[in-house]
Amino acid sequence: MPFDAANLFPILPEIAILVTASVVLVLDLYLKEKDKDINHTLTLIGLLVAIGLTGAVGGGDARVVFDGNVVRDGLTDLLRGAILVVSLLAFVYARPWLKDRGLFVGEFYVLGLFAILGMLIMVSANSFLTIYLGLELQALSLYALVAFDRDSKKGAEAAMKYFVLGALGSGMLLYGVSMIYGATGSIEFGPVAQAVAEQGMDNKVLVFGVVFLVIGVGFKFGAVPFHMWVPDIYEGAPTPAVLLLGSAPKIAAFALAIRMLVDGLEAIQPDWQGMLLILAVLSMGLGNLVAIAQTNIKRMLAYSTISHVGFIFLGLLAGSAQGYASAMFYAIVYAVMSTGAFGILLILSRKGFDAENLDDLKGLNDRDSWYAAMMALVMFSMAGVPPTVGFMAKLLVLESVVRIDLVWLALVAVAFSIIGAFYYLRVVKVIYFDKPDPDMPVLTTSGGVRFAMSLNGLSLLALGLFPATLLSWCQSVFV
Amino acid sequence: MIALSDYLILAAGLFMLAVAGIFLNRKNVILLLMCIELMLLAVNMNFVAFSHFLGDMTGQVFVFFILTVAAAEAAIGLAILVVVFRSQQTINVEDLDSLKG
Amino acid sequence: MENVYLTIVLAPLLGAIIAGFFGGRIGRRGAHSVTIAGVGLSTALSLLVLARFIWGDLPVYNEAVYTWMVSDGIRFEVGFLVDRLTALMMATVTFVSLMVHLYTIGYMADDEHNWPHGALTGKNSYQRFFSYISLFTFSMLMLVMSNNFMQLFFGWEAVGLVSYLLIGFWSTRETAIFANMKAFLVNRVGDFGFILGIAAVGMYFNSMDYAEVFAAAPAHAETQVALFGGVSLMTLICILLFIGAMGKSAQVPLHVWLPDSMEGPTPISALIHAATMVTAGVFMVARMSPLFEMSETALSFILIIGATTALFMGLIGLVQNDIKRVVAYSTLSQLGYMVTALGASAYAAGMFHLMTHAFFKALLFLAAGSVIIAMHHKQDIREMGGLRRYMPITWITALIGSLALIGFPAFSGFFSKDAIIEAVGHSTLYGSGYASLLLTIGVFVTALYSFRMYFLVFHGTPRMDEHTRHHLHETPWVVTVPLVLLAIPSVVLGWLVIEPLLVTNWFATGDWNPIVVAHDHDTLHTLREHWHGQWAFVLHGMTMPPFFLAMGGLALAAVVWWFTFAKNPKIDDQLQAMGGPVTKVLQAKYGFDDFNQKVFAGGSRMLGRALWLGGDRAIIDDGVVNGSAHRVAALAQRARHLQTGYLYHYAIAMIVGLVGLLTFFVVL
Repeated sequence: MPFDAANLFPILPEIAILVTASVVLVLDLYLKEKDKDINHTLTLIGLLVAIGLTGAVGGGDARVVFDGNVVRDGLTDLLRGAILVVSLLAFVYARPWLKDRGLFVGEFYVLGLFAILGMLIMVSANSFLTIYLGLELQALSLYALVAFDRDSKKGAEAAMKYFVLGALGSGMLLYGVSMIYGATGSIEFGPVAQAVAEQGMDNKVLVFGVVFLVIGVGFKFGAVPFHMWVPDIYEGAPTPAVLLLGSAPKIAAFALAIRMLVDGLEAIQPDWQGMLLILAVLSMGLGNLVAIAQTNIKRMLAYSTISHVGFIFLGLLAGSAQGYASAMFYAIVYAVMSTGAFGILLILSRKGFDAENLDDLKGLNDRDSWYAAMMALVMFSMAGVPPTVGFMAKLLVLESVVRIDLVWLALVAVAFSIIGAFYYLRVVKVIYFDKPDPDMPVLTTSGGVRFAMSLNGLSLLALGLFPATLLSWCQSVFV
Repeated sequence: MIALSDYLILAAGLFMLAVAGIFLNRKNVILLLMCIELMLLAVNMNFVAFSHFLGDMTGQVFVFFILTVAAAEAAIGLAILVVVFRSQQTINVEDLDSLKG
Repeated sequence: MENVYLTIVLAPLLGAIIAGFFGGRIGRRGAHSVTIAGVGLSTALSLLVLARFIWGDLPVYNEAVYTWMVSDGIRFEVGFLVDRLTALMMATVTFVSLMVHLYTIGYMADDEHNWPHGALTGKNSYQRFFSYISLFTFSMLMLVMSNNFMQLFFGWEAVGLVSYLLIGFWSTRETAIFANMKAFLVNRVGDFGFILGIAAVGMYFNSMDYAEVFAAAPAHAETQVALFGGVSLMTLICILLFIGAMGKSAQVPLHVWLPDSMEGPTPISALIHAATMVTAGVFMVARMSPLFEMSETALSFILIIGATTALFMGLIGLVQNDIKRVVAYSTLSQLGYMVTALGASAYAAGMFHLMTHAFFKALLFLAAGSVIIAMHHKQDIREMGGLRRYMPITWITALIGSLALIGFPAFSGFFSKDAIIEAVGHSTLYGSGYASLLLTIGVFVTALYSFRMYFLVFHGTPRMDEHTRHHLHETPWVVTVPLVLLAIPSVVLGWLVIEPLLVTNWFATGDWNPIVVAHDHDTLHTLREHWHGQWAFVLHGMTMPPFFLAMGGLALAAVVWWFTFAKNPKIDDQLQAMGGPVTKVLQAKYGFDDFNQKVFAGGSRMLGRALWLGGDRAIIDDGVVNGSAHRVAALAQRARHLQTGYLYHYAIAMIVGLVGLLTFFVVL
């Protein structure tokens, strides 16, 4: 294989992240305690450079490099950008939290960057091998991040659960990949798609393999019944780790689904459509239902994630370009929303205190009306209240299932989102109508955090009012 | 001559054994790690068998990557195990139940 | 030009956002500076656009700026259609708005006295007020510059919203809250028709774009809709759209909100409830002239409604004693004139009157406001009198405004009103005779109530209490400068623009003619054919009945409320007593309010109460909502126990999922 520069050009953003991660890893050894801010700055610079490079190498026709293992196309460009932007926000929010707890060390940044690298690789994968490697790189980094606060009992337990279930999930995924490989004789998506189109749905080995692939996808998304890890990990892991693993990885999981199911196996779409349908209904139902019973807000957001995954699946299972575009829109919007929600939780936390119960949000409006407004925006958007973007996202996925004549499914989804609106609006009620505890200290945040959170919250409103740009980008990917 | 299906049945058997081990075992976390290794090996068996019968090297290359990843995974798994033991003084699966509901 | 148009629209919005959200931080000075800068910028640019249409060769702009969404082939866009009709409206709206912004600095200077002590809403009310009027300017510009029905509806509702907020601006006053609720509800009735009309357009034309709809309209000339035994599609659409206009432009019977809207601060009455927003309906019909021309039924309907409003609302003005209410009823009556002109297909004349009226009515309102400031917020004209000695500038400008209003020769109102009366006289539609008669009598009534107010306020002996009289003085320059600036167009505008607007059809640019008039509806043709310049028009007008009626009204007003009043101050009451039942009917405003209050408000309250007790509380609250909420909560409590916390249970769940999917999709 010629290892020339032309091959490297399309993966410049990945290279930028890799270089940043390596530099931080080594440099951290030589940094004194007071200079640890350099890690933070370097990471942000690395991410910004990667965003810039994404724009620079993006656009134009799809390019396949590394012997068909890596591809750079419209999907890559857009999802790369989304992952990097969301992660950038996450790092900004995380810094004060880490500093307060003496966890402001290089490892957080190194692990975070490697996780991002893994996601980027998933997004630009063009074969089962690449996508598996990306997935594992991401997952291994995240396992470590969950156990990152070594003194936390809950963190250790969460990491153990995440690790065992994650390994089980990727084991199943691999088993499916091996079946697909056996049935088609290739691991590249192009040839696989060709072979699948020839054999069709009669090949039971193929369908057998697809079941395992769907389980792998379902696990990464956290769809019922492969969702059990989500609430425990969200609750147990340190909030900055949740921020990293609850937002951008959903975008990567979306890439996983599109690459494997659509790029590779679109010919047997009726099969995986049925499987996704079951997972979607279960996720929307259970997620919304159990979220109501939660008093821990991190856990509530975990169940809310599960229900949102159901909605993303609605778009995927439609099997049309419009459906994929709406699912993509939803996934990106979801990542932005969850970053905002966990960002607020980080802002509310301080030395020796983690905001994780509903009561900790009491009277936020009296303490800081701007952050209260941002949190309310996030909650409205998650509930799907117009004019926020959450409404638009839900509307689009519903439209795509109505178009394939699954009106009953759309009605079920609407019914569940009404149930769901209850617990989001309860948060808004707590913020605005309850009185804060008198001994709550004043919120102090840096200008950077305030700026990032304003951007984060207002973008939900702006995207809701003017969805056309992002939507047309999403649509241009699936023409 | 051993047929492809024989390999596949063996691999499926190993895979099921591994999965059963994960949910039947309620005591030692280390056993879980071993089950995970076993599961990956079952997949490897699949790949090698297919690779051989298809006359295609890709499957075997895939196996090398899986082996490498499995090693990394084991390392992380053991590291987490140490953290768990440090904080809870036990590695009983049954005792990991503070997060629920 | 796209950037210019975007700037015109967005500059006031930006001002509104800054003043609204950061009002506390930037203070009063900051708030009025930033909003005036924004509106000033868009005024300058609008005037520039207008100038380039007049003296240059600016092409018509009709483009979508942003595609909001596409649904079933209908594009929902934000776009601008800027032709000469739009340019005229833009200039009028922004100019009056700018004057009102300036004036507000003086009028709201001590707004804190209007609030109960310590009221939360009274905090930063000055900044909030500026934010609202700037927001109004943005909304109104969106409305007039729109090139599609969706944006029209957006602007329509947005101006309605701002109007609602401003009528109830002093939200601690019971009457203000009642008035804004009333305006809101009555406008909903109109909007209901309006949105049905838009829906009908969307359904039959499959487009929201004006140009596309107008182009496709002739193909639907014969289309019938199976409704009430079959009506023409065009009649249905036009009447529905016009019902929207009746709400916004306060035509009988949806006029009831406008007099009450005077509860809002006076600058608002001038800007929104006289000069601009209420004319949105007139503008809309003129803009839709290609559609309205296709339905004579709709035009007749408009004609009759407009003429009825013009005369009967003017009559009520005779018995009002609140200075602002007199002007409000005069606004209603003048809106009736404009609408009647539309019904007679004299769209150009309607627009002409809209424009002249915008200036002289804004002037009258601001003058009334100036009087109110001087009188320490007392508004009863019976307690005024002799103000001309204390406030000369207000006096002169109010006189100019009143003369323009009654159509004194060569003042702006003279040209536009005469043109309308002449056009209606030439109309052959059903109801045109009725309309013509009512409009002509209306001229007399207009002169009578205008000068009744003028003489009672500015002439005679002062009747206010000693304390108020002691403090009487001319208002500060921020109040008088807008008065003077508005007085100038009130005098000269008619003279300047009648020829291009009515005679040479200035509205048409090349192929694009926004005002379409069918050949046999062309009621302005005699005016065009016998045009010999402004002098001839004025001289000819002075030989016609309207002139004599106006002069007669003026003379009668002078006799009664100036000469007789000086000797017998009780004359006003005596006259009203002489009127007997007529006065009663007028004072009761023909009973519209009582009827609405008893039948609609009372009836719906009764119905609502019945439904609330029977349907809401019994079935919905206790059964569906609370019942299902309890059940869901109970279910949720049980479902959460699925998450046991044990790793092996989680693994089993995954295996169950695996086995389930395998069985379902592979085995079966």
